[in-house]
Amino acid sequence: MNATNKVISQPITQPVSSTTLDAWTVDTQVPREETDLSSDWEMVIGLEVHAELATETKMFSPGRNQFGSEPNTNIHPVCLGLPGTLPVVNGKAVELSIRLGLALNCTVQRCIFARKNYFYPDMPKDYQISQYDRPLNISGWLELPNGHRIGIERAHMEEDTGKSTHVGTSGRIHDAGYSLVDYNRAGVPLIEIVSHPDVRGPEEAKAYVAELQSILIAIGASDGKFEEGSMRVDANISVRPAGSDELRTRCEVKNVNSLRSLGRAIMYEAKRHVELYESGDKPRQETRHWDEEGGRTRPGRSKEQAEDYRYFDDPDLVPVDPSPEWIEQIRAALPALPRDRRLALVGSGAAAGAAAIAVERDLDGLALAAIAAGADAGRVLTHVEHNLAVEGANKLDANNFAAMVKMETGGELTATQAKQVLAEMVTSGKAPADIATERGFEAMDSGALEATLDEIIAANPAEWERFCSEDPKAKGKMQGFFTGQVMKATRGQADGKAVAQLLAKKSS
Amino acid sequence: MSNHNRYESSRYGNAEHSDALSIANAVKSGETSAVAVVDQHLAAIDAGEAEIHAFNLVLADEALAAAAKIDQQVIAGEDVGPLAGVPVAIKDNMCTQGVPTTCSSKMLVGWKPPYNATVVERLAAAGAILIGKTNMDEFAMGSSTENSAFGVTKNPLDTSKVPGGSSGGSAAAVAAGFAPLALGSDTGGSIRQPAALCGVVGMKPTYGAISRYGLIAFASSLDQIGPFSHTVADSAALFEVIGGHDPRDSTSIPTPVASVSAGLKSGVDGLRVGIITELMGTGDLDGFEPEVLAQTRAAAEALEAAGASVAEVSVPSVIYGLSAYYQIAPAEASSNLARYDGVRYGVRQEGSGNTASMMMATRTTGFGDEVKRRIMLGTYALSAGYYDAFYGKAQRVRTLMINDLAKAYADFDVLLTPTSPCVAFDIGATSDPLTMYLNDVCTIPSNLAGHPSISVPYGTGQGGLPVGVQVLAPLQGEAVMFQVAAELERSVSAAEAVAQNGAQS
Repeated sequence: MNATNKVISQPITQPVSSTTLDAWTVDTQVPREETDLSSDWEMVIGLEVHAELATETKMFSPGRNQFGSEPNTNIHPVCLGLPGTLPVVNGKAVELSIRLGLALNCTVQRCIFARKNYFYPDMPKDYQISQYDRPLNISGWLELPNGHRIGIERAHMEEDTGKSTHVGTSGRIHDAGYSLVDYNRAGVPLIEIVSHPDVRGPEEAKAYVAELQSILIAIGASDGKFEEGSMRVDANISVRPAGSDELRTRCEVKNVNSLRSLGRAIMYEAKRHVELYESGDKPRQETRHWDEEGGRTRPGRSKEQAEDYRYFDDPDLVPVDPSPEWIEQIRAALPALPRDRRLALVGSGAAAGAAAIAVERDLDGLALAAIAAGADAGRVLTHVEHNLAVEGANKLDANNFAAMVKMETGGELTATQAKQVLAEMVTSGKAPADIATERGFEAMDSGALEATLDEIIAANPAEWERFCSEDPKAKGKMQGFFTGQVMKATRGQADGKAVAQLLAKKSS
Repeated sequence: MSNHNRYESSRYGNAEHSDALSIANAVKSGETSAVAVVDQHLAAIDAGEAEIHAFNLVLADEALAAAAKIDQQVIAGEDVGPLAGVPVAIKDNMCTQGVPTTCSSKMLVGWKPPYNATVVERLAAAGAILIGKTNMDEFAMGSSTENSAFGVTKNPLDTSKVPGGSSGGSAAAVAAGFAPLALGSDTGGSIRQPAALCGVVGMKPTYGAISRYGLIAFASSLDQIGPFSHTVADSAALFEVIGGHDPRDSTSIPTPVASVSAGLKSGVDGLRVGIITELMGTGDLDGFEPEVLAQTRAAAEALEAAGASVAEVSVPSVIYGLSAYYQIAPAEASSNLARYDGVRYGVRQEGSGNTASMMMATRTTGFGDEVKRRIMLGTYALSAGYYDAFYGKAQRVRTLMINDLAKAYADFDVLLTPTSPCVAFDIGATSDPLTMYLNDVCTIPSNLAGHPSISVPYGTGQGGLPVGVQVLAPLQGEAVMFQVAAELERSVSAAEAVAQNGAQS
């Protein structure tokens, strides 16, 4: 991809650079961060996302899969890897993994579990059961809200490790250091989703992970909680001259625990590469760790010294060969995915950005129903975006919502009134017409409005004269004066647009 | 060629019945009690164990308690199972809840599994009585039981000889009359070879026929549990008790166990028996003792005399079996044995203050030489850059062998070979690991192919020591395999009877 057709998307709550933004994504509440390199360089990013699957039990063991339990209580001889125990594949984990594969447009294939061998105390067998050259899901894609597709190389099943806590290693020489290991997480089913290096910047990376998260949640495969470690991201980052198609030395950045950290880590690392190249040096292929406090990446172990994992097919397990019937059954039961939901809204007349927001807030169903009931799509999406980011919005009755929007577009409610009515509809569930009546929001007929305006003009002849003058500055100022007077006299019930029209008519 | 007297003299104690089915019948009928049976076997152990060292642990009190329970059930008229009151010795690599399970390794000293192996559960359900955990080559790596961290087991037939291995303790326990039945595990011949060397019946089933859950792994794709016994009928009965699908073992065949006892008296009339040419000392593989080959031919002749057709058949790839096996088994072992790192169970040797050095110190001191040798071999075979040349190629040889055997089984119902190229050898005589590995040349093909095979005592060889003849059958061919084994057993008994009559006249 060259620089000119570079597409960068933004998750809606994050800052974006002025050179790459779509108007709908701007959120001026958040301080802006740097998100692009100088125009000479572009980023090449591949993402590896680990998600814990939302199963009752572990990947290969009857041990419970539950976050937050007392240490070493969700354990069983199998997930402790006790001598003589054997793994048995959790069918639910396979089903959830196939769901994700289908949601990511992957080919689902007969797959094999392999052992990844390395010694680590929080890994009970000193090997991890993963998938190597025959993963379950291959060759898919994920479409970002901005329409850019990121290739999915594979999404394979594996088991999680336990957690080590290092105690007393404060550096004090007399301090006897030791480690505690909690095996509750050992053997929890994971799916690892590996993207192609199609991601071109921190914003796009965040959009990719956010979209993947919403898919995982939508299909019930994972709770997608970063804060509980049920989603973890590693980023493979390199840079290259803009417009080139080469792939340069990459660094894998680990320990990225939030979307914001992901963006920062990518930006830091990409700039580090650019600086190295521009100073005549080059990066080494290595694993680096994101230091959130320091705002920088630090070298971990280098790939040259990386362990040889001695992968081989796990002889304790047999290949998983999902039947075409099973795959189709799973496909048929998939819920609407975020992308489908966005497209449905766009198909009903919503703008792409507004549709993305509606889906993210899970209000697309409401919006679609309101539009179907005859409400104006633009007004519906405007309310969803600006006035319905509140609790209880998803319980709003679509027909009431549509009726309210129709009152607004029909001139029975002003924009301000509409907003107030809507807020009360969310809290009380009452019909919009009833709320409008209670609040005295009867739209004024044009005769009454004209009479009110005439009284005000008569009471302020000097101001009227200035309004009728040719001085645009004075005219503008007086337009505000008269509108304000009318609003005051009508206690805000007058339609601002109608006032402007009357003023124009009377001064011409 | 009779060795009948030697067999009798190898047994300690004075148990009325040496075979399990007779014991079970006597217990069920009330002719004897399970407690009496256990007492007799404990007496034999008292008499001979100090000399033989078949066991790592004898469970005398537990066995007596279990026997008393069986007796109560018999009196109450309850169904006590097909092996009621039969003492069974099991190899010390099968997990027994709350009972130390060591794999004859220093590494696991003090470890008590919190669960039972599937076979242990099934034995208990069948009324069998666990009498002890038997000695073995450490982590089942060896062919002589000399690699045990707790000392060698002696061959009850001649205590200057090894019992074979790695299930030498189980073979010796049965041969010595310590238990009528024992369980071993067989990765490359570890049941059949010691059975041959100790003059008992030893059987390795089809891969997946008996659950491996609770069997401490050596090489997962090859390991199978199987029975030791004096008779083919006992072997079949024990197979029927412990075999059949187990959902806790993903490689377990998802069908009930084959019924194999019914056909034991069917004879071999019309069956086609192939003798594998390459395992008769004729080609590239040498080291076969002439007496062993002669007994194997005699066995074939006996089958022919009983109505089978016999011919030689070439299975060319078997000569590569040993090489392939010593890539695949160590490779899997290097991964299976990684977990013995001192972190969670077994022994721990503190290192120089960090986890890696603790793991290294633990593994350096906890494992014996043969185990370390195989871990190194296997680690190498799986390493980047070597995988294709070693492990990958070995897997292709394995496929080739399966194909070759399939071709042979197009023309033959069973195949016949010696079980071991030689009879029991002197303790301490074989110090070169490669020479030791040659013991497995005839047994390894069945492991690589996943096929069942059985070793049946068939006369004697050098020094009057027993020879085992091996019957191989295709996948899930246990029924025909036992059928042929039973015929061999009948023919050897008849020969012994003739020899004895001759001696008396």
